[in-house]
Amino acid sequence: MKFAKLLFMSVFLVGIAGCIGRTVLSAQAAKDASSQQIKIDNFSFNPQQLTIAQGTTVVWANNDDVPHTVVGTHQEFRSKALDTSDQFSFTFTKPGTYEYFCSVHPMMTGTIIVK
Amino acid sequence: MADVIRDNLNPDGIDRRGFLKCMAWAGTGTLCALSGGILSSSALGAASKHQMNPMKPDLSFVQISDSHIGFNKAANPDVTATLRQAIAKINALPTPPAFVLHTGDLTQLSTPDEFDALNQELKSVRTEKIFFVPGEHDVLNDNGRQFLDRFGRDSHGSGWYSFNHSGVHFIGLVNVLNLKAGGLGSLGNDQLEWLKADVKHLKSSTPIVVFAHIPLWTIYPQWGWGTDDSEQALSYLKRFGSVTVLNGHIHQTMQKIEGNITFHTAMSTAFPQPAPGTAPSPGPMVVPADTLSSMLGVRDVNFVRGQHTLAVVDSTLEEP
Repeated sequence: MKFAKLLFMSVFLVGIAGCIGRTVLSAQAAKDASSQQIKIDNFSFNPQQLTIAQGTTVVWANNDDVPHTVVGTHQEFRSKALDTSDQFSFTFTKPGTYEYFCSVHPMMTGTIIVK
Repeated sequence: MADVIRDNLNPDGIDRRGFLKCMAWAGTGTLCALSGGILSSSALGAASKHQMNPMKPDLSFVQISDSHIGFNKAANPDVTATLRQAIAKINALPTPPAFVLHTGDLTQLSTPDEFDALNQELKSVRTEKIFFVPGEHDVLNDNGRQFLDRFGRDSHGSGWYSFNHSGVHFIGLVNVLNLKAGGLGSLGNDQLEWLKADVKHLKSSTPIVVFAHIPLWTIYPQWGWGTDDSEQALSYLKRFGSVTVLNGHIHQTMQKIEGNITFHTAMSTAFPQPAPGTAPSPGPMVVPADTLSSMLGVRDVNFVRGQHTLAVVDSTLEEP
């Protein structure tokens, strides 16, 4: 009786561990394969031009002491004002060339090319 | 270099050499005033102010700018404290200002708490009224709706307006909304049309004061320090004998004279920004703590009827 209970618990725990393992792995894979970062530094987007594969998520991170935004020139995407250390992400599902800018400091511009 | 202007080719009474001399003093806390064709400059201080203005002005008002309430980074961890110093300076003026103009960037992130905190602080200013125009930091996320609800009840469009005081026509403009990719500050067609109509009925002898956040002259486009359609706005003002343009945004004093139009940018009450092109970006400039108050300040403006240029006095928080 005791043995059966222990066996049951072991199977249960292994099951849980397996699930967790798979979740962690798939998140890691997604990060490696389909996520790219753009840094906002000194009132500029770095890199200013980025070429990505369809389905990639782009993450913008603001390192300035000043709020910035990320706004598609044709309103394809639009972030709220990003304070220092804030991030904004957008997944590009359609191929094309996307121009964007900071609506607070419009001389800040960038381009995402989705292949 | 003599202060007296010998070759005065411009009816303004200001020649280039005299202006450059005055320019050299500006920014170190200097009064530049025009009186009877003589351009003078002198170090600031209560005594010299009185020497420069023997006549009692018909109108005195103050400009403050770029308070950035909510900012707490290295360039100034306590922007409320420096705003209080600026207010103390205003309250110590020998003649209380008829009103105060705040030329934008009241807040850092347009949050209701920041606006409330600013309002709370400004209650202690000894003056009749405070006029506001928005900076780009005041219109984040809502296209200026909150700013308009709080400060623009009597305004037109996205917050522009005009009023008369002591024979001077004041015009507050908004150039921080609907900015276009790759562009500078923008007034937009609706505002330009309104401005044209607003000044149409005025006599050319009416002194004009225009105030807006982003400079209405191109200072350094690489940093966005200019307004795309300011030329058009200024074309409506060219026929007036005295036009004074007061801006903020660049957190330092600069002057320029173009015909009858005199441009001035103001210091911030919060933190300095670098001189054009001297840093990788126009972001907040960190200076040694004991020099910060020498780079922040307020502006006192005096108008004497019959004298066609307003006397503009910039003084830092460091000065007594």
